[in-house]
Amino acid sequence: MDLSFSPEDLAFQAEVRDFLKAELSPQLADKVRHNKTLTKEDMVGWHATLNRRGWLAQDWPKQYGGADWTPVQQQIFDDEASAACAPRIIPFGLKMLAPVLMKFGSDAQKAHYLPRILDGTDWWCQGYSEPGAGSDLASLKTRAVRDGDHYVLNGQKTWTTLAQYADMIFCLVRTGTEGKPQEGISFILVDMKSPGITVRPIILLEGTHEVNEVFFDNVRVPAENLIGEENKGWTYAKYLLTHERTNIAGIGPSKAALAEVKRIAKAETVRGVPLSDDPYFAARVAQVEMELDALSTTNLRVLSSPDAAASAGSISSMLKIKGTEIRQAINDLARRAIGPYAMPFVSEALEEGYNGEPIGPDYALGVAPDYFNNRKISIFGGSNEIQRGIISKTVMGL
Amino acid sequence: MNFTHTEERQLFKDSVARLIADTHTLDARNKAARTDLGFSAEKWAQFAELGAIGALFSEDDGGFGGAAFDVTVLFEELGRGLVNEPFLATAILGGGLIAELGNADQKAVIEEVIAGTKQLAFAHGEPKSRYDASHVETTAKKSGDGYVLNGAKAVVLNGGAADLLVVSARSSGAAWDEDGLSLFLVPGDAAGLSRTSYPSIDGLHAAEIRLDNVTVGADALLGGEAKAWPAIEKVIARANLALASEAIGAMEVARDMTIEYLKTRKQFGVVIGKFQALQHRMATVLLEIEQARSSVINAAGRFDGSRVEREMAVSAAKTLAGKIGRLVAEEAIQMHGGIAMTWEYAVGHFAKRLVMIDHMFGDVDYHIARYVALSKEAA
Repeated sequence: MDLSFSPEDLAFQAEVRDFLKAELSPQLADKVRHNKTLTKEDMVGWHATLNRRGWLAQDWPKQYGGADWTPVQQQIFDDEASAACAPRIIPFGLKMLAPVLMKFGSDAQKAHYLPRILDGTDWWCQGYSEPGAGSDLASLKTRAVRDGDHYVLNGQKTWTTLAQYADMIFCLVRTGTEGKPQEGISFILVDMKSPGITVRPIILLEGTHEVNEVFFDNVRVPAENLIGEENKGWTYAKYLLTHERTNIAGIGPSKAALAEVKRIAKAETVRGVPLSDDPYFAARVAQVEMELDALSTTNLRVLSSPDAAASAGSISSMLKIKGTEIRQAINDLARRAIGPYAMPFVSEALEEGYNGEPIGPDYALGVAPDYFNNRKISIFGGSNEIQRGIISKTVMGL
Repeated sequence: MNFTHTEERQLFKDSVARLIADTHTLDARNKAARTDLGFSAEKWAQFAELGAIGALFSEDDGGFGGAAFDVTVLFEELGRGLVNEPFLATAILGGGLIAELGNADQKAVIEEVIAGTKQLAFAHGEPKSRYDASHVETTAKKSGDGYVLNGAKAVVLNGGAADLLVVSARSSGAAWDEDGLSLFLVPGDAAGLSRTSYPSIDGLHAAEIRLDNVTVGADALLGGEAKAWPAIEKVIARANLALASEAIGAMEVARDMTIEYLKTRKQFGVVIGKFQALQHRMATVLLEIEQARSSVINAAGRFDGSRVEREMAVSAAKTLAGKIGRLVAEEAIQMHGGIAMTWEYAVGHFAKRLVMIDHMFGDVDYHIARYVALSKEAA
C-alpha cells in the first residue's frame, strides 16, 4: 500500500496548477465560487481554453484528439480545477456521446461529429427521460418511424439540460414494440434546428432555467443519423454506464465546496467567535470531511483497480450514492453557516453585470439556491433508489 | 387531559382554512412575493375582515384571543396555505411588542393593525448578529427630550412595507448584553431611515435597513429605557411558536402530496408506492410529523408557565420543526423525483418554506445550545 501519487502524477499535478493559474480568470473563478450564473460564453470559452491545450477531451484516445489521460490523471485534474473554481466541463458531447460514437458509430459519424465536439461547433444535449419514463427509462415512448431515407420522430423528452443552447440532441427513441421494452429502442442524432422541434423551458424550484422539455412533431431525421443498428439503442446507452467511472463521485467539486464552507465558517462570528470554533458546527463539518476523505480513497481505489471494469456498474452506483449524499450534506452545512442570510433571494445579483446594492455577505447569495438546486443530484442520472436497486441485484444477487 | 381545541377555536380554524382554500392560489402568492409590497393587500384585508389578525391579540388590547393556542391554530392553517401575508411581522412581532410594552397612546395602533390598515415590522437582527437575539450594536443616544438612532438592521421581515417599525437599539452595555436594550417606534418614512427591500427564497419579503441619525421623540420609547430584553425574548418565543406551527401545516401538505404521488405515479408497471423502500421512508415522515406536532402542543401548553419552562419548550419545538421540516422537505422532493424540482409543481415551494423556517429566529443548532443552557438554569 502506498497512498501517495507517483512522481509522474505529482509532476502532472504541478502542470495542471500552472495551467489553471495562467488560464483561469479570477472573474470566472469568482462566479463559480459563489454559484453565480454562468453564461453560454463562459462555458464555451472555458472549453476552448482547455481545447487549445489539448486537455478538453481528457479520456479520449490520442487518435481522436484526446489527452488520453489515465483515470488518476483525470481525477487530479478534476481536483485541481474544482479547487481553483474552474467551470465544470459540459459532459453531454464529450463524456456521454463521444464514447458511444467511438465504440458504435460509423467511420463517417466519427469523422464528422468528434472534431465538432472538440472545437465547440456542436453543443450536444441528451434526450433520454420522458414524462412517463424517468426511473423506468425503458418505457420511453417517443416514436421514430422509418420513411424512405428518413426517420420521422414524434414525442417528448424532458429534463433536457441546457437544451436552450444545444445545436444537436442524441435521443433514445422507440423503433420497435416487439419483445421486452428494452429491445425496441434506437439511438439517433438529431439537429435541434430541424422543423418540428420545440424547446420549452422548465423553471426549477429555485428559479433557474437549466432544464427543458423538447417536443418532436413529425421531425424528419436522416437515416444516416442512426447509431449502430436499429433496436440496439439500449445496449449503447448502457455501455455508457459501464464506461463512465471518473467524476461520478464528484470528489473535486465536493472538496472545493467543503473548503468554501470552512471559509464561510471563519468569516461568520457568534459573539465575536468564529463559527468554525463552535463545537457543534465544527463537529458537523468534521463528520462530512471524514466521509469525503474516505470516499476520495474509495474513488482512487476504483480508478487504480485493473479489474474494475467487470463490476463497473455497481461501483458507479456506490460512488454516485455516497458522492451525492456527501455533496448534499455540504450544501446543508453551507446553508447553516450563512444563518439568516439564507433568506434573501436577489436572483439578479447572480447574473453578470449586476450593479445593485449588495445584500448580506458576498458568499451568501448563491448558497440557498444551490442547496435547493442540488436536491436534483440524488434524482437525476438514475435516482439513488435506482442505484441501491442495482447494487441489490448485481452485487448481492437479491 | 384534553387534546381537543375549544369549539370556538375549531370554528375559527375552519373559517381560516375555508378562506384560504377559496381564495388563495400558489401562483398568485408567488406573483405577490415579487411585487414591491411582497404580499396581497386584498388578501390581508380579507384576513382582517375574518378576524384572523385580531385572533392574535387579547381582548384587553382590542382583539379576541391572543393565547398561545390561538397562535398555533392560526399559523398551522397559514402553513397549509403557504400564506405569505405578514402575520408574523405585523401581528406577532411588531404588534406583540407594542401589546407587551406600549402605553395607552402607543397601543392605539393595535386597532389599525387588527383592522388590516397598518403594517409593522420588528427591526432587530443585524448583519453580525446571526440568531443571537441580544446581539444589538445599533445605538440609541439621548438627545434633548428624544433619542438619536444609528446602526444597521438585517433581513427585517416586512421591513419594506411597514408603516411603523419597532427598532431595537442599545442604550448601554456591550454588544450582546441582555441589559441595556431599548425599543423605539419609528415611522417607515422617518428621515435618516433607508430600506432596501427584496424577496426571500421562500416567497416572503424582507429588507436591509440603515439608520443614520434617525431622531425620535421621548414618546417613541416603547417600555422602559434599557429594559426591553424580557419582552424581546418573550415575543421571539411567540414568533418561534408561530413558526413551528406553520411548519406543521406545511409538512402535512407536503406529506399528503407525496402520499398521493406514491399512489398515482407508475414506473415499472406499478405505482411507486408499492416499493417497500419508499413505504418505510414515508412511514418515517408520517411519525416524525406527529413528534413535531406534540412538541408544538408542549410549547403552547407551557407558554404561560415560568420563563425557563416556556423557553425550553419553545426551543424544543423549534428544534424539531427545523429538523423534521428539513426531513419532510428533502424526502418529499426525493420521493416525487424530478417533478418536485420544478417551479410549477407546488411541493418545492413548501420545501423551500420548511427549510427557511430553520433560518428564522434560530436554527436547530442554536436552539439545541439554548436548550442546554436553559436546562442548566432550570437545574
